[in-house]
Amino acid sequence: MSVPMNVSVGVIQFPGTNCDLDTLDALAELGARTALLRSDETSLSGVDAVVIPGGFAHGDYLRTGAIARFSPIMDAVASFAGAGGPVVGICNGFQVLTEAGLLPGALRPNAGLSFLCQPQQLAMASVHHVLGHGLSPSDQLSIPINHFEGNYVCDRATLQRLRENGQVVMRYVANPNGSVDDIAGICNEAGNVVGLMPHPERATSELLGSTDGRKLLEALLYAAASTRQAVGHHAA
Amino acid sequence: MTAIVSDTTSIHAALGLTDAEYDRICELLEREPNHLELAMYAVMWSEHCSYKSSRRHLARLPTEAPCVLVGPGENAGVVDVGDGIAVAVRIESHNHPSAIEPYQGAATGVGGILRDIFTMGARPIALADPLRVGPLDEPRSNWIAEGIVSGISGYGNSVGVPTVAGEFVSCETYRDNPLVNVAALGIMPTERLVLGRATEVGSAAVLMGASTGRDGIGGVSVLASAGFDEADDGSTKRPSVQVGDPFEEKRLIEACLELLEAGLVSGIQDLGGAGLTCATSETASRGGTGMEVDVSVVPLRQHGMEPFEIMTSESQERMLAIVSSANVDRVLEICSRWEVSATVVGRVTGDGILRVRDGVDGAVLAEVPASTLHDDAPSYDRPMRPPADLALRRSVDPAADPTAGSSSDCAADLLAMLADPSWVYRQYDHQLFLNTVVGPGRDATLLRLRDPRNGTPTGRGLAVSVDGNHRWCDADPRRGTAMVVMEAALNLACVGADPLALVNCLNFGNPTHPDVMWQLSEAIDGMAEACDVLGVPVVGGNVSLYNETNGTNICPTPVVCLLGVHPDLVRRPIADELPPGTALMLVGPPGPAVGAESGTDASSPGPIALGGSRWAWERRDCRDGALPDLDLAGSAATARFAAAAVREGLVRCAHDVSDGGIAVAIAEMCCHGGAGVHAKVPSLGGPAPAERALFAEPPGRVLVAAEAGDVERLAHAASAAGLASRRLGSFGGSRVQIGRFAEPGFDIDVALDDTLARRRGALPQAFAQTVDGEAA
Repeated sequence: MSVPMNVSVGVIQFPGTNCDLDTLDALAELGARTALLRSDETSLSGVDAVVIPGGFAHGDYLRTGAIARFSPIMDAVASFAGAGGPVVGICNGFQVLTEAGLLPGALRPNAGLSFLCQPQQLAMASVHHVLGHGLSPSDQLSIPINHFEGNYVCDRATLQRLRENGQVVMRYVANPNGSVDDIAGICNEAGNVVGLMPHPERATSELLGSTDGRKLLEALLYAAASTRQAVGHHAA
Repeated sequence: MTAIVSDTTSIHAALGLTDAEYDRICELLEREPNHLELAMYAVMWSEHCSYKSSRRHLARLPTEAPCVLVGPGENAGVVDVGDGIAVAVRIESHNHPSAIEPYQGAATGVGGILRDIFTMGARPIALADPLRVGPLDEPRSNWIAEGIVSGISGYGNSVGVPTVAGEFVSCETYRDNPLVNVAALGIMPTERLVLGRATEVGSAAVLMGASTGRDGIGGVSVLASAGFDEADDGSTKRPSVQVGDPFEEKRLIEACLELLEAGLVSGIQDLGGAGLTCATSETASRGGTGMEVDVSVVPLRQHGMEPFEIMTSESQERMLAIVSSANVDRVLEICSRWEVSATVVGRVTGDGILRVRDGVDGAVLAEVPASTLHDDAPSYDRPMRPPADLALRRSVDPAADPTAGSSSDCAADLLAMLADPSWVYRQYDHQLFLNTVVGPGRDATLLRLRDPRNGTPTGRGLAVSVDGNHRWCDADPRRGTAMVVMEAALNLACVGADPLALVNCLNFGNPTHPDVMWQLSEAIDGMAEACDVLGVPVVGGNVSLYNETNGTNICPTPVVCLLGVHPDLVRRPIADELPPGTALMLVGPPGPAVGAESGTDASSPGPIALGGSRWAWERRDCRDGALPDLDLAGSAATARFAAAAVREGLVRCAHDVSDGGIAVAIAEMCCHGGAGVHAKVPSLGGPAPAERALFAEPPGRVLVAAEAGDVERLAHAASAAGLASRRLGSFGGSRVQIGRFAEPGFDIDVALDDTLARRRGALPQAFAQTVDGEAA
């Protein structure tokens, strides 16, 4: 798949975020223009897509993502998402998106009550979202997880809606954390906001064990380019 | 000056100072110290800070090499790894805090070591955690072990530095005194190197980070420099354990690195053991200056703290920066942007005096020559003596021990000694920064080396291995320690790396016991001998003494962290997978432990000693016996050979033979490669010939898996390097079958699936057991 040219992606840094530089590196290696956006900023500086990376925003104090959602930049992220802009939350970013109400459900501590950093087999469930281009629902990916709170929960009605609308993005092949319906990632109804627990930026090089994460990040760049064409360039 | 407390002579004992040390302080000051001054000397002259029992012995370690930019004595050792990149490396212990409060003890150990690294100007890129705990089937040891791992996980993951290597050892000797060692690596452009000193008179001393509380007061003197005894289960010492905040540390790291990058600080020092007293006196003493500190402006966590508490608190996540007065405003501004508290608490003076005041021009609370806290710390030549029963113990053959059980089941012995450490390391983020090429759980960890200026890969790698072996060092501290260093070198070789520099953590018992001092001295000599042969300098270390409970010392446990460099990551180990027919070869120093390819072992060499082997300790409950012979030059040659073979792609993978002997090493290769094996191993003579051949631990041997067509080339290369080699068999099939040359059949014949299941289940079961037991 050819990578679209000249797409810009903003990666948000909260105090305590720690996968920001890795995510920037992985996106830059795919040809994206990247910008580190501090959480106390109020503008997204005209980027074509936003990634909320992994880490421990505000030390995960109180509850994962609970303080980060009040950061000034989150208003801009909500507006951007509302306008159809691609937003992806990885791990802690997924947790922030659920706390911010941009995705349904919540992420509880793992069923085994222990932190898990390990490679994980994933099965794509839907491709109608900003990480789906070039992938098909039968694809399996190997991408590492790295979390203590990855146990996705939601109420029965929400789960039914997620399934019916094709909002389950990917599932664990062997559920490591107790997530309902083996859910590893979901999207909003429009498909432009995605949250996932696995770390695609950690699976972008043969040297590091897997390149499957590139497929998801390339899909994001494609989506960012398409949205930009569809809605015109966002104001800076 | 405040009134001199009249009963300081009894207070000094409570603070951990001897009568002679107290007299010496009076002599240096030409008066009696007041309570605050006494507290400052007590922490600075503690074993932990002053190395008073070990200093004269440590001087025998080799510390120089062309790559060394900073050797022992600073916050961290620093070596030049080429391309204008310097690596800072340091190891520490947090043993006693972890015995009392495992989670916080281990967590704050991580925090402390990271500050030592970024103090030098380096960004921390990796942590390694060698851990030693008591028997896992005992609830308390189990609780300690789980707490330690959780603490490292909780702090290390959150602070954002991956934990990429470690050890997890369980033995009765650590029942009440676990060993929590932690090493860290950082990288920086060589020109960024910063040293913790205050040279410019008039500069401000800026205290950054967390507020100061009552936690950790006397940590170095009360906790780290005394043993545990029966009357004290640790609860009374709990207030001496600090509490960590990884989020504060994360912001502190970013703020300090930005200050260093901008060249706004001339010296920087972390506040660890002995807190503000240590940081102020060390920076002043190293810079040949003095310092005035105003305790009234130090941000406090609690009301009513006494000056001595403020000066000796070990509250975590604090740094002291030395800043020219012109730069103070910019420093405070950068700290504010990172939400890091920063306060000017003092200034550098030219009189060499550390002066503590209450208010800028307020009353003088303490006034001591800064250098006396360091340079005049006592140094003891403590009596040392080998244990009286040394010769007797070494004469025992564990396999012939009449009190031990009769002939054992070799397959059961093998399975009992297999444990997959992934239960531990999957709780650690070991992938952050996208550098981890070979992760934890293998012989050594291999990281991408990237340019710290711009993140560009250099194509080269950094390798790290942390190693210790209390059984070897108990049998013979000198040879055992040399074997530990050689094992670390072999571990690096298995990922294709060459050793560059070493840091050590010397965990020993009570130095007032002559046999402990003898162990320490012997271990240092053994380390020096091995380092000399490898050409590796010791660039830093830590000594942890008083690891004793009720007068019983732990087994001597020197732990090394060996740093290596890989010249070309393209030429890394090919793969774990072992296609059927892959050959298994043994390479090592010439001699009976490898033997000759041909022949029937008719010329039996006389038994290879089993003393200090894991089999003897764990399967025969025998701690006596001599260590096998060590060929230092031959072991070093094996390491060079293995590293070259990996890089040249002559082998698929390599694995050193270490604790558990050749049977455990072969089974581990099978588990990693998902393949069975049929192999014959050299006979090592003596009684219990099967167990000896399978489980003895003669040093310097490495196993390699190679295409059958490459066996001859490997044998030639080994021979050209002056080494012996021998093809043991082939991988393939679904069974792990290991026998002896010239003996029919196999001594071990187990299904690969069972082997995998036992290995994978060992640790999860050990931990689940206790939980279930408690719930019942």
